Amino acid sequence: MRLDRLASLVRSKNAGPFQLTFDIMFTGADVYQRVKSSKVLNASLIARLYDCELDSVQFFECDNALAFKATIPRRQVQGAFGDPDLHGGQQHAPLMAVEIPH
Amino acid sequence: MDEIRFVAATGAVGAGVDRESLAAALERGPQFIAADAGTTDAGPAALGSGVPAFAKDAVKKDLTEMLRAGREGGIPVIVGSAGTAGADIHVDWTLDIVREICAENDLSLKVAVVRSQQDPDYLLEMLAAGRIHPLAPAPVLNEATIRRSVRVVGMMGVESIQRALRLSPDLVLAGRASDSALYAAMPIALGFPEGLAWHVGKIVECGTLACEVRGPGAMLATIRTDHALIEPIGPGLRCTPMSVAAHSLYENADPYLFKEASGTLDLKQAMFEAATDSSVRVSGATFRPASAYNVKLEGAELAGYATVMIGGIRDPFIIGRLDWWLGKMKEYFDHSVRAVLRLNPADYQFSLHTYGRDGVMGELEPERNSAIHEIGVVFEVLAADQRTATEIAKLARQPLLHLPVPEWKGAVTTIAYLHNPPQIERGPVYRFNMHHVVTPRTEEEMFRIESVEIGSRVAVPAVVRTA
Repeated sequence: MRLDRLASLVRSKNAGPFQLTFDIMFTGADVYQRVKSSKVLNASLIARLYDCELDSVQFFECDNALAFKATIPRRQVQGAFGDPDLHGGQQHAPLMAVEIPH
Repeated sequence: MDEIRFVAATGAVGAGVDRESLAAALERGPQFIAADAGTTDAGPAALGSGVPAFAKDAVKKDLTEMLRAGREGGIPVIVGSAGTAGADIHVDWTLDIVREICAENDLSLKVAVVRSQQDPDYLLEMLAAGRIHPLAPAPVLNEATIRRSVRVVGMMGVESIQRALRLSPDLVLAGRASDSALYAAMPIALGFPEGLAWHVGKIVECGTLACEVRGPGAMLATIRTDHALIEPIGPGLRCTPMSVAAHSLYENADPYLFKEASGTLDLKQAMFEAATDSSVRVSGATFRPASAYNVKLEGAELAGYATVMIGGIRDPFIIGRLDWWLGKMKEYFDHSVRAVLRLNPADYQFSLHTYGRDGVMGELEPERNSAIHEIGVVFEVLAADQRTATEIAKLARQPLLHLPVPEWKGAVTTIAYLHNPPQIERGPVYRFNMHHVVTPRTEEEMFRIESVEIGSRVAVPAVVRTA
């Protein structure tokens, strides 16, 4: 099933002007655990979707918040000439389509 | 003293203070009211241009509510990151608003102003002394970077706020400051655990964003010796262990570790429990003091001046070969810039965003080749001065408008310009140029405090209540 059918929130946002962070959040512990045990969400997935070095990806499983988090370097510094997303808030769409197997 | 209570009036001064909620919070006997008034999330323009991102009237309205409540409760108000970026020009802008408020409301205030703008000579000295270190990822910082910067601010921690509070002011008006530090300063000064104080600061600094659903209201926090209570005040607001725990993810690179000037807040052992149906009890956060006091630097420099043209393309023949067509356009355009203006490609930059295809994600767009029937084109050029940027844009206007398409025989008009004239002068464009920390010899050498009396009457010093 697509991740956007399972998650309560998939979002991207600046984490300061030099980094971009993604949050994937759930309301139910069972769904969160299902996604976690699928092991689909990980640093390599982020590196592939966002074309960045694997060792530049920070990836977190936040059990107490039922959330996954990933942080990557921004391709362009926030607000620099040509940066298409000042707040980094519209970079999450590729994550929405990630398939989580049963 | 076994507990300290305080209020976060809003997530950002200028974003809205809810008068009723603040009044209700005041009845609970808080010892201070705080809110930040800035962020880098607004972009480098605020720091570079000196112009705040928030509307002046909105900031004035919020500050009025906060100062009135502070006066009513006889407690200090703490505002940090004044005027969005917290440089001197932003602090002075905010101070002028405070003067207006005092004049219009017959208020008199003692203001402790904490400045955070850094002198280039000081930074050059710190750089030469090897006291400036990069964070990851960081641009190159050298002497030239410092000289090119329009403004540089340092992000103060609790120490500077604590020094300001010792002057018993009605208002602490701080330049660039860690948002959490505004809340953690007084509790830490009074001996409450640092981990709890920073954690609570982190939770409440975005106002009601730590609630299940945000809304107008204030956040009331109570710190005790081994735990803290987070309680939203406002219609229908509810904090749950989940909503508070999840908030630590927001806009942060790491959900567990938070670097501050004096150390690192560690939330790995943090516990979140429901205290009531709408309030949360937090405990377990620890604070590891750093071996050195490190101040984060934020700098902005002028990138140039930009001119923009906006248009749309609807012809399927052009859309079908868009990259080819745009490539031809650029070829023609670079040639005419060189021929007419005698400029080299190094003298200007241009950026092209094709909305409807990959305008938001650029080359990362996975749906780049999906079927499209209409494309929005934003053409932007950056040059050393506005006149040149506009001259270049004018040279691009024609090729964008009439560049031939092989599928059609005869003259074609290829873009639907939105405006007349098509070009819009955007003015100066800034960029952030530092992601570094400096290790000063003393905290005082970076953050300077002055006491300012505003209003006709003799100021009544605010009393820091002790239990």
